[in-house]
Amino acid sequence: MNYLIDIVLIALSAAVINNFVLYYFVGICPFIGVSKKVDMAFGMGCAVTFVICIAAFLSWSITTMVLIPGAPVSSFFAGFFLPAEAASKIDLTVLSYIVYIFAISSSVQFVEMYVRKFYPSLYNSFGVFLPLITTNCAILFACLTIMANVAGVENPQDAWDLGRSIVLALFGGIGFTIAIVIMSGIREEIELCDIPKPFQGAAITMIIGGILALAFMGFTGVDSGVRKAITPAPAEGTAAVMTLDHDHVHPWDARVIVKEMRLS
Amino acid sequence: MADQPTALERFVQGILPENPVYRQLLGMCPTLAVTNGMKPAMTMACSVAFVLLCANIVTSLIRGLLKPHLRIVVFTLTIATFVTIADRVLAAYLYQMSKTLGPYIPLIIVNCLIICRCEVCASKQNVFTAASDAVGQSIGFGLALASIAMVRELLGTGGLFGIAILPTAWPDWVIMVLPPGAFITLGLLLGCVNWLEMRRS
Repeated sequence: MNYLIDIVLIALSAAVINNFVLYYFVGICPFIGVSKKVDMAFGMGCAVTFVICIAAFLSWSITTMVLIPGAPVSSFFAGFFLPAEAASKIDLTVLSYIVYIFAISSSVQFVEMYVRKFYPSLYNSFGVFLPLITTNCAILFACLTIMANVAGVENPQDAWDLGRSIVLALFGGIGFTIAIVIMSGIREEIELCDIPKPFQGAAITMIIGGILALAFMGFTGVDSGVRKAITPAPAEGTAAVMTLDHDHVHPWDARVIVKEMRLS
Repeated sequence: MADQPTALERFVQGILPENPVYRQLLGMCPTLAVTNGMKPAMTMACSVAFVLLCANIVTSLIRGLLKPHLRIVVFTLTIATFVTIADRVLAAYLYQMSKTLGPYIPLIIVNCLIICRCEVCASKQNVFTAASDAVGQSIGFGLALASIAMVRELLGTGGLFGIAILPTAWPDWVIMVLPPGAFITLGLLLGCVNWLEMRRS
């Protein structure tokens, strides 16, 4: 039951509350560049969602199997030339950025080749976006979030498993698709408007993005409401206290900032 | 290639005429994400400057060995190495700041600005030109970050670098330090820069 609650909250948070584009500002480049037509935007969103899931699978596997202290693969190989207790403490997390970026770019290459060979029609619809995606921040951001939740936790029991990581990636990708499709719909309409010349293009897109981000801020707090609604009622005599977990909150989370401002 | 710009021209170009943020629209993620205060924005600008300079020099040194189809991978791996160094240094000496910047330091790896400069300039020029290009572009990037961060921090909290400047009667526009403020500020500044450019020509 707890696992299910976790999954629902991760999904909700990644897709709408802390939307990748409108809250964390990752994937801004395609958000500005490829949002002129709805069908192009949808293709881009699908491609990103697809790649982000593969990248999440790879990064979770690599982090758990190789990078964290006591990971099976690294301690096995270190065991050949180190005593056993030293081998189980090998910490390779410092290499994580290099490993992730390498995993992402090589997997994108393989996916592109595979899709081009076996699904030509699919390739024609979104294959052109695939090489661009290598340098999309959203993918690396998902990997880093997964790493923070696997290697950065104090209790080993709190570390995310593969299911949570994939859910984060899938719904993060869906959130990206939602944002970019809304944006392209607005931009198709705005083509017909009379915008002052200096604001045409990127400037007006940014301002629309700001208004969209404002709208998405309305979802803030939905997660605690949902958690309250689906958590089983606490046993007699124990009060359910909803607290804000400061360590797992984005530093610019609206609730934290507003709270701090009230205090000061 | 006789009409290639010289080292000095490249240095000047990066600061205003080809400003990475306002003219080329590169490196948008950190531009929007870390400009809610002057301190994080300046830390970010310094890290990007360090990574850009080192990556440009290394790329320029190995430009004879690059294979066309592998160059993007080589660029990203070079950048990732220097980002790891910057990240470790920040975590060691500016722990609080590295906590605040969080994932945006590693995200420098996929910052289009650095890959673009490696591709356009460093992979074709000698070391000195590449280095001066990197310095110019980083100054331009730093100025752009500073301009956005100044507007946002001043209106959002009434101060700069955490020091109060506006009178206490100023109602803090909290929205400016939240995500929507970033988009709106950048959009308006971008419009202003375009307007000035149009008037000048």
